[in-house]
Amino acid sequence: MAVPQPVGVLPEIHAECRDLVRNFGGIAGGHVIEAMGPITLEIRRGEFFSVIGPSGCGKSTFMDVLAGLTPPTSGTVTFEGLPVRGTVPDGVGAVFQEDASLPWLNVWDNVAFSLRHDGTDPAEIKRRVDEAVAFMGLRQFAKAYPNQLSGGMRQRTCIARTMVMRPRMILLDEPFAALDAQTRLLMGDELLRLWRETGATVVLITHALDEAVMLSDRIGAMSARPGRFLDIVETGWPRERDSSILARAEVGAVSSRLWGVLREESQKALDQSGRLAAAREGS
Amino acid sequence: MTSLRQHLQRRRLADFFILLLALVVVWQIASWLVGDEIVVSPAETIAQIGVLYRRPTFWGHFDATLLAFAYAASITIVLGLGLGISLGISRAAYDTCEPLLMALASLPKVTLYPVILMFFGVGFSAKVVFGVLHGVVPITLFTMNAVRNMPAIYARVARLHRLSARDRVLHMLIPAVLPEIFSGLRLGLSVTLLGVVLGEMFASTRGLGSMLMGAIGLADFRTVAAVTFMLIVLATLLSSVMLWLDRRLHHGAK
Ligand SMILES: Nc1ncnc2c1ncn2[C@@H]1O[C@H](COP(=O)(O)OP(=O)(O)OP(=O)(O)O)[C@@H](O)[C@H]1O
Ligand SMILES: [Mg+2]
Repeated sequence: MAVPQPVGVLPEIHAECRDLVRNFGGIAGGHVIEAMGPITLEIRRGEFFSVIGPSGCGKSTFMDVLAGLTPPTSGTVTFEGLPVRGTVPDGVGAVFQEDASLPWLNVWDNVAFSLRHDGTDPAEIKRRVDEAVAFMGLRQFAKAYPNQLSGGMRQRTCIARTMVMRPRMILLDEPFAALDAQTRLLMGDELLRLWRETGATVVLITHALDEAVMLSDRIGAMSARPGRFLDIVETGWPRERDSSILARAEVGAVSSRLWGVLREESQKALDQSGRLAAAREGS
Repeated sequence: MTSLRQHLQRRRLADFFILLLALVVVWQIASWLVGDEIVVSPAETIAQIGVLYRRPTFWGHFDATLLAFAYAASITIVLGLGLGISLGISRAAYDTCEPLLMALASLPKVTLYPVILMFFGVGFSAKVVFGVLHGVVPITLFTMNAVRNMPAIYARVARLHRLSARDRVLHMLIPAVLPEIFSGLRLGLSVTLLGVVLGEMFASTRGLGSMLMGAIGLADFRTVAAVTFMLIVLATLLSSVMLWLDRRLHHGAK
């Protein structure tokens, strides 16, 4: 259990980005795509931070660089004071936007996958996997294969696979994008429970404004591509919270402040993709 | 829904026997039209198998072919998977080797015959090499294409969990591409058998292939028909076993 921050003490920085930029292409004189940045951001230990932005603005790219899955074109990332460059540091877990369950393994073995490759002893593997499978409500499906599960259950399998590693920072890239609105609210509650009970730092990428507002301590609103943070809003929600927070009066204020930023950027993103489509048709 | 599945299985079995019956009928009609001495009838072919069955020299040939095939198949699998995986992993290697292998796949292997005889002489090694030569190209091609087209998400998961190079190949790459590899193995091992028998026809005095050549020389069409029929049954059996294994291994996969 994480201890609440005492008032007046500066929050501890868990991960830090400085002038982070990621471009794609440009090899052999090809066209360069500026996917993201420059981003300068401090993520606090134990906070629930959400990233929200229009589609194609570079959110997934930001997560990849932050997790160390791809190196930045320029700038630096540090996690717990140590530089991150192209390899995932110990203590960082991630859940991808795409379905990343392994179809040749059943749910239990999917969840155990990461532990089987880092020398954890079998008794400990069994304990942690049983716990994570139960936590994610997958106990009856432990022997089922991914193709026998719904999209939501597959995504929960992937969350459990990350959980068993006991990460101190969890990055989630639109994990509930494929779910209907009601299920998403419930999954949000489970994510809050996971966050509270593990004391981990959570960085959630989403394109759903209500989801970001309901779950987060802070919300970063991203610009259209190349994505930068235009505004970071602090919600001030209590640590003990769930989806019922959506009934609060302050929700409206937070949402409208974010929407003020996002509206223009979403329009820009729409124009960008329209121009892209037009250019493609023209060529 | 067991009853539905049973029903479907029964349907499939029924379809199989109808097809088999149709083939036998066509064979019988061809035999009537062309003449019994050239296209030996199904009944006489089976009768001749019975004759061969009781002939001790036949089993020597049979075992020789099986042994050569076992060697050739093992070498083909190891070589084909090894080449396929290593060429599939590297973009540059893939781009250079893919057209080369495609050309090699369509080349009649008989043209390489003199070279093999020169290196290995007549006998066991020549027919094993001939079998390998037939099977290794399709297995390599299937495997390297499967590795090349593996969904990028698996590589990301491997990087996320910091898998070692060995684990990445054994626990990510191979299971991810196993269904495609199995298609390659099914095709590859069938032509390996074909290659071994071809090798025996020209470069050996033992095995079903050389028996076939001997029978052709003596114009013994009954034996030719019987041995050919057995080879077809053997190849079909091999293919079915591979299909069964494939289904067993992938009951959960898409
Ligand atoms: N590997 C890559 N090669 C080239 N361009 C890429 C690559 N990955 C991403 N991009 C480009 O970078 C931009 C940002 O992509 P990214 O996936 O990070 O956006 P996103 O905000 O996650 O989008 P979405 O909301 O659709 O998930 C896009 O224009 C995309 O086309
Ligand atoms: Mg994305």
